[in-house]
Amino acid sequence: MTALNEELKRKIIDVLNLEDITPTDIKDDEALFDEGLGLDSIDALELIVLMDKDYGIKLTDPKLGKSIFQSIETMVAYISENRTK
Amino acid sequence: MLEKINIQKTCIIEGHQIVVDDKLVWSGAGVLPFSDFAKEAFLQLKIDYPKFYKMDALSKLAFLAAEYILQGEDTDELALVLANKSASLDTDIKHQKSIQDADHFYPRPATFVYTLANICAGEIGIRHGLQTENAFFVAEEFSKETIYSYVDYLLKSGKAKRVLCGWVEYFQEEYRALLYIF
Repeated sequence: MTALNEELKRKIIDVLNLEDITPTDIKDDEALFDEGLGLDSIDALELIVLMDKDYGIKLTDPKLGKSIFQSIETMVAYISENRTK
Repeated sequence: MLEKINIQKTCIIEGHQIVVDDKLVWSGAGVLPFSDFAKEAFLQLKIDYPKFYKMDALSKLAFLAAEYILQGEDTDELALVLANKSASLDTDIKHQKSIQDADHFYPRPATFVYTLANICAGEIGIRHGLQTENAFFVAEEFSKETIYSYVDYLLKSGKAKRVLCGWVEYFQEEYRALLYIF
């Protein structure tokens, strides 16, 4: 697990109050929404805030969200390319 | 007019104790923050409902009181009438803090959705599949006259077979839940 993968998983667990889940429980290519972690629309909004607050990435196009938030892998790739913090 | 005699069941949560029909069902150990007490009380229920952990304190309190009182109960056409003094002020303040600083402006969606007093009633409704009348009153004290007369109306008009009503108050670690089934 890379440092950013681990860091992102910890932040997601903390911000979304995912009780009894550890970073090792979340697979990098696991679906975050619907199946997998089963996150919902409020969680999606929280992830948008997390991207802005912790990585300086402002998501202005909602259509991009679906592809970015597919999995930890896709989020890490996007963060690595676009972070300003 | 409804009287105490019409109450079928009660549940009180205060002082880290859960009492159903005057019987102590569970007690939290020591002096715990409400969040820790609520988590332990939830785990005692042995139910799979991870959404609980995302709720604010008021909703956790209401959820727990409803869960304990409704164990073994039929929830068909069960209306919901709740009241408190502080509305959602505890969560409102948390939300306010997150938007206080213009240079550090990060409102939390997961907090914001709980900045309404009746959301806790919604959480009970979702959990138990309630599609009946529900109302949330905010007043300094639990007004038996107002609440009981509304409950009486719901029952007599046939809008509900039974009513879960009561007081669910939480503000900065001070809390009390008192629910009745009529």
